[in-house]
Amino acid sequence: MSRPQSPAPSVSQGTFTRAILDAGQPVPEGLLDPEGRPAGRRFSVYRNNVAVSLTEALATAFPVIEKLIGEENFKAVAGVFLRRYPPDSPLMMFYGQQMPAFLEGFEPLKHLGYLPDVARLEIALRESYHAADATPVPPEALQALPPDRLMAARLRLAPALRLVRSRWPVASIWHFNMSEGAPKPPANGENALVTRPGFDPQIIALPPGGGAFIAALLAGESFGAALDAASGAVEGFDLTAVLGLLIQGGAIASIEEGPPA
Amino acid sequence: MLDATPRRFDALPNRPGVGYKPQHFAEIMEDPGPVDWLEIHAENYMGAGGRPIAQLRHLAERFPISVHGVGLSIGGEAPLDAEHLARLRQLLGWLNPASFSEHLAWSTHDSHFFNDLLPLPYTEATLARVCAHIDQVQEAVGRRMLLENPSTYLAFAESQIPETEFLAEIAARTGCGLLFDVNNVFVSATNQKTDPYSYIDAFPLHLVGEIHLGGHDEDEDDHGAPLLIDSHGCEVVDPVWEMYRYTLQKGGAKPSLIEWDNDVPEWPVLAAEAARADALLAEVPA
Repeated sequence: MSRPQSPAPSVSQGTFTRAILDAGQPVPEGLLDPEGRPAGRRFSVYRNNVAVSLTEALATAFPVIEKLIGEENFKAVAGVFLRRYPPDSPLMMFYGQQMPAFLEGFEPLKHLGYLPDVARLEIALRESYHAADATPVPPEALQALPPDRLMAARLRLAPALRLVRSRWPVASIWHFNMSEGAPKPPANGENALVTRPGFDPQIIALPPGGGAFIAALLAGESFGAALDAASGAVEGFDLTAVLGLLIQGGAIASIEEGPPA
Repeated sequence: MLDATPRRFDALPNRPGVGYKPQHFAEIMEDPGPVDWLEIHAENYMGAGGRPIAQLRHLAERFPISVHGVGLSIGGEAPLDAEHLARLRQLLGWLNPASFSEHLAWSTHDSHFFNDLLPLPYTEATLARVCAHIDQVQEAVGRRMLLENPSTYLAFAESQIPETEFLAEIAARTGCGLLFDVNNVFVSATNQKTDPYSYIDAFPLHLVGEIHLGGHDEDEDDHGAPLLIDSHGCEVVDPVWEMYRYTLQKGGAKPSLIEWDNDVPEWPVLAAEAARADALLAEVPA
């Protein structure tokens, strides 16, 4: 190929990426095949790589959403999402943080009101999976404290703990789609607790008041204040059951006495 | 804070390695066969903890590890992502791997990451920019890195420097080493209608610290010409094995990696590819 007389057109990375995300844009001038003709389909390789790899990343992140709306619909939704929210970091394991808000505003799926909270739960699971390790306190540590000291203490929860509070039965929807033989979801809302005993996150629907209790602990409230919050939220809050879930999930990282740090 | 892992391996051996996939963990620990070292993608191990980090710690006690970055966007017009560079520095700090490599490509623009290795025009301006970024990376992580030759599907009208010269000049200016991806040479040469063996002959093989071998897909361009796509989703093809043999005979034995990232096969299939590399490595002096 002979050198052109006029300076060759320079292709900025902005021009390149705009044409990648929008297949309606022409292939940038200055991208060629070996004969010096416009690159055409050769450019589409990049368009395709980007769209396919991001769609796959989203499918890996949101398997229950994909199951609920079907593979073809999910691809279409991912195609819209990835163009509106390209990743803002190279850590693909955390891609899709805007999915719940996106689904809330996505007209064609508005009739499936539970989707945003299911997406929140799927994000919580991934965050839990990659969260820092923490050695849980021994199960007897809580009982060892006299009641007045326990009430004033603060439980520091494991980094892998997540709480998703929903007016939809999110935990049951998740299990119904991902666990063989799980029962049909109930009609009521659920507070889903994610813990990670070992390396595999688990999801449990908390008993009534459990969401208020754990939310208060996460906010740094004392044990007593969290108990008040839960008891104020529901009649007959089952503290023993909720503490059992936290202990079984290895979710209490430490018990801190004295003024908050 | 993560504890430091003591350095056990100063360099990758001139032996076969594979790209590590978590589903192969148990088989690798039980019997790695011809596989003497492992490569991980840096970005998959930048979480705070959990199974990925725990598995990596186990692997690193037994195998030399190569950390291969796919997200630094060294060819990007914008400054390097300082946060990402800090994460990389932290990973390389605690893991202390035998090797670290990245790509002659870009993937981030305007703070958005495109999850693909996008191509660069070869000009004096991009050369200067890539060198400045490599200087910055090597300074930040406190070690020499390897830079990989890309697969390309098109050419830039503005390019003025042959790719082999471009890479050699980067190495000369920054002191970095090179990662020679034989499949990328075959893919690019087919797509650009050039001779892959001339490329090998022009490549500064003495600067190569690692070789990559992977599979590609076949497609066609608008005019019916073959268009190969670097997909890492199947076996290495025979012409690439032939080029690999030629490279070894010319440049000597090198750490040689089988890359298989999509449609990842059962462990025996991957181990068989490594055994094929092993047989060719046995033909040259270690």
